[in-house]
Amino acid sequence: MDRPLGLLAELTYACPLHCPYCSNPLNLGDYSDELTTQQWLRVIAEAAELGVLQLHLSGGEPLLRRDLIDIVRFASGHGMYTNLITSASGLSSRRAELLRAAGLDHVQISIQADEQALSDRIAGMPSFERKLTAARLVKKLGWPLTLNVVLHRHNIDRIGHILDLAAELGADRIELANTQYYGWAQLNREALLPSRAQLERAETVVRAARERLRGQMEMIYVIPDYYSKYPKPCMGGWGRQQLTVAPNGDVLPCPTAHTLPLPRASVREHSLAWIWQQSPLFQRFRGTDWMPEPCRSCARRDLDFGGCRCQAYQLTGDAARTDPVCHLSPDHGIVASAVRAASEAGSPREAVLIPRPHPDTRRRE
Amino acid sequence: MPLTGPMRIADNADRPRLAPHVRLVYDQARQRHVLLTPETVTLLNGTGAAILEMCDGVRTVAEILAELRGRYDRVADTEVEAFLTGLVAKRCVEVNHG
Repeated sequence: MDRPLGLLAELTYACPLHCPYCSNPLNLGDYSDELTTQQWLRVIAEAAELGVLQLHLSGGEPLLRRDLIDIVRFASGHGMYTNLITSASGLSSRRAELLRAAGLDHVQISIQADEQALSDRIAGMPSFERKLTAARLVKKLGWPLTLNVVLHRHNIDRIGHILDLAAELGADRIELANTQYYGWAQLNREALLPSRAQLERAETVVRAARERLRGQMEMIYVIPDYYSKYPKPCMGGWGRQQLTVAPNGDVLPCPTAHTLPLPRASVREHSLAWIWQQSPLFQRFRGTDWMPEPCRSCARRDLDFGGCRCQAYQLTGDAARTDPVCHLSPDHGIVASAVRAASEAGSPREAVLIPRPHPDTRRRE
Repeated sequence: MPLTGPMRIADNADRPRLAPHVRLVYDQARQRHVLLTPETVTLLNGTGAAILEMCDGVRTVAEILAELRGRYDRVADTEVEAFLTGLVAKRCVEVNHG
């Protein structure tokens, strides 16, 4: 069994934004009993012991946790590479300087589009200008800046302008990742999934920008897996490289695995080492023994690990089937028909997005 | 534009160094060197670690190659250059030219 490389710490699901592509769970109320500072520090110490080298601090909006700076300092002290994934609301100069001093290595800021009206509309609140200010602050303090952009039907045609904005802000990296259809995003799938024509246009722009910005900006572009021939190697394999701790202490092989009908594992009841090595949850889809055909005899089984268990469950009702995204899957018709519908549907304006409600975004201890 | 920055490795007189946001560490748990970058962990073999330890912004690529030849029986110059060029493209390594 490999040791985990990275821990995604979802510190809180509270968030001031209302993005319709949010992949967090539908029932946020189940996560309001958040781990305390002391519990998080214990989790991080155990993770370091287990071999975790990177700590990704996310949510929700991790800046809503008052103890974020203590958590960063502690992880840094354990030699971890710390990465903050934020909407940037709450990243004041003072807070940023304290995070820098605490040893935070890297900041990723989400933007929803390249211009205010669209960005704010997608985010469900005025936030664009603050994001730009925060991005400049990140650069000023000498951090590397990554911009995260979730792409979908309503902003993918702006991709060239988004790249121009990233270059203007001096971003070192940009992640242009199409929406993954989990959690709230699944409710909005029809309104979010771009058409084939949109994707083809976007790829042309990305190819040209890659050449132009080579050595200046690292560019990661992820197409919607619905359009790929083979499934994504989800999390680099179940229980193989990564683990997630949800705000309530649940430990998961991937952030959406709470949707699966599997026994829970929580840091409130067990050590991280026991959960990684022995819990039924982490052993369920580890390796290749669980695989059905066509995965079992497929040459790619150690490359994509059968794809995403959550997607298999969501689309077929059986988490142990081949990810229907794979063109070899007997269930591929489900994905093919969604893609067909997206390419036939009319203008993106016709599709209505349901904003993610966040009833309570007060700071919590 | 100063004579430093994230550009291509142009020739053997370039002096590569690790980008400020990248960390080369020895991982006790795995007993090997790893390169930590924003989204990835790269487990390094002995040669990879040796090359990156010499990326100090002082040694030139030619000097790094010469030191490697002193340590290893076979050193493929093109592989070392490809390794560094790949890391430059990912902005993990920066270059002082000349």
